[in-house]
Amino acid sequence: MEKDLTEFVMSLVVDSVAKNFERFPALNGVSLTVPQGAFLALVGPSGSGKTTLLRILGGLEFPDSGTVRFADINWLEVPARQRRAGFVFQQYALFKHMTVEKNIAFGLTVRPRHERPAKKEIHRRVEELLALVQLEGLGKRYPNQLSGGQRQRVALARALAIEPRMLLLDEPFGALDAKVRKELRVWLRALHEKMGITTVFVTHDQEEAFALADLVAIMNKGRIEQYGTPADVRRSPKTPFVAEFLETGPQRNGLLPPHAVGSHPA
Amino acid sequence: MKRRYPTQDHPLLRLLLTVIAVSVIGLFLLLPLATVFSQALSKGVVAALEALKEPDARSAIWLTLLVAAIAVPLNAVFGVAASWAIAKFDFRGKQFLTTLIDLPFSISPVVSGLIYVLIFGLQGWFGESLRDANIKIIFALPGIVLATVFVTFPFVARELIPLMVDQGRDEEEAATSLGASGWQTFLRVTLPNIKWGLLYGVLLCNARAMGEFGAVSVVSGHIRGLTNTMPLHVEVLYNDYQYVGAFAIASVLALLAIVTLVLKSLLEWHFADEIAATHRH
Ligand SMILES: Nc1ncnc2c1ncn2[C@@H]1O[C@H](COP(=O)(O)OP(=O)(O)OP(=O)(O)O)[C@@H](O)[C@H]1O
Ligand SMILES: [Mg+2]
Repeated sequence: MEKDLTEFVMSLVVDSVAKNFERFPALNGVSLTVPQGAFLALVGPSGSGKTTLLRILGGLEFPDSGTVRFADINWLEVPARQRRAGFVFQQYALFKHMTVEKNIAFGLTVRPRHERPAKKEIHRRVEELLALVQLEGLGKRYPNQLSGGQRQRVALARALAIEPRMLLLDEPFGALDAKVRKELRVWLRALHEKMGITTVFVTHDQEEAFALADLVAIMNKGRIEQYGTPADVRRSPKTPFVAEFLETGPQRNGLLPPHAVGSHPA
Repeated sequence: MKRRYPTQDHPLLRLLLTVIAVSVIGLFLLLPLATVFSQALSKGVVAALEALKEPDARSAIWLTLLVAAIAVPLNAVFGVAASWAIAKFDFRGKQFLTTLIDLPFSISPVVSGLIYVLIFGLQGWFGESLRDANIKIIFALPGIVLATVFVTFPFVARELIPLMVDQGRDEEEAATSLGASGWQTFLRVTLPNIKWGLLYGVLLCNARAMGEFGAVSVVSGHIRGLTNTMPLHVEVLYNDYQYVGAFAIASVLALLAIVTLVLKSLLEWHFADEIAATHRH
């Protein structure tokens, strides 16, 4: 499934982005070019800066230096709420006090009145999205009445409801068991084929990354060690780190993520 | 075979702890409360009601309700604003602000009252200019409200800060990325998540606002029928040996407190599901 990169319009361009937290470098000059409609996986050990990069794309964090362009506009100048970047958070961040339906409809109901769809239309869209994420009939539940995988799909449906220009997924399957992970992975890829939204997907799991993505970026200590198609990266690892990373497989890359040690609700 | 739940203590120990808890509550909470009511009714219900109808008593009740009605909403707004800033944003001097919020708890209420006298009193910093402008603060309603606001300031914020810190910013960030404005995020995400904490803080704040004695006593001037709140009026009557009157008003104060608690329990009971849902799952 190798694709020729030149056939795409270059859509997301990240150039030498650096970000420090209290002088601790979280990102150390990251550059990436992601074609329109591509599925990019960011892989790397815990603390390598994946979430930070994703948050910068979503407008929830600002780099100290570097530029980000998307569809030929200066993306850093667009406030988060106007980016229409569908963000799926590492810990879901569903609105606990709202039903699944209200969660999904949120992005539509906060639109200014003249852009807001009518109630009926919102309802129809919510039903459509519920069907899409295979949660029909669960619309009236609260998030704490759902399983982890179901919450995950609500989070995704909520992000899709705003008709996002890009999808940013932060370890969406992190808290799920291997079987559900695999199912959702296949499903997500199919969804991506259908919608064609530029997607950045963060994961610890190199197997997951390589199975899903058109492009993988392997991150380490705030840098991108290697960036290319899964086949290229696998064929010729550029640095010793990448070679070792590919060998060790999932879950053994550096520290375990915080949710793997049980702080996360199942 | 006797089986005990692993975390359960020895039955004797449990009995002992229960007895201690019940007797402490009985001795220090229920007994005084019962005394208040029995003293109020010692000359019969009619005498107690008559005491409440007395103009000075009525004015004291009215003043207390008025002060609470001004101070509590103010503190609810201040408290939400302060805890929102502290929990959801990073800025310099955050620690200092947190400490400042606790100040009224660590200062003796009498001192808090005196501060206002020093600032706004006749001999105070603004005393003369206020007198020239014909504005009365000390020994008048504004002073009582100010002192009450000061003393009860921490209740809402103290209730909300840990709650909001615990809830983190995830949901706010999600709302923002979904296109919500700051105000929409606050109204539709932050506020619903803190409403139970807020309600609890408001109830505590209200209870204290109506019961405050020290600070109010300093700024009120004890003008009967004018600047005496219920707690102050209780003292005045008590010192006058008018026990029925004193305890009748004290009973009203106690009843207000009980109503507050019952209200809170009812709400908690009625919305148990929703409260559970808004806690971190
Ligand atoms: N708000 C913050 N304040 C201080 N340091 C931070 C902050 N956010 C992230 N960091 C630090 O920046 C580095 C990169 O963090 P980031 O969350 O991007 O890692 P990650 O690759 O997503 O890790 P994980 O796989 O564990 O989620 C980490 O060392 C982290 O400690
Ligand atoms: Mg992360």
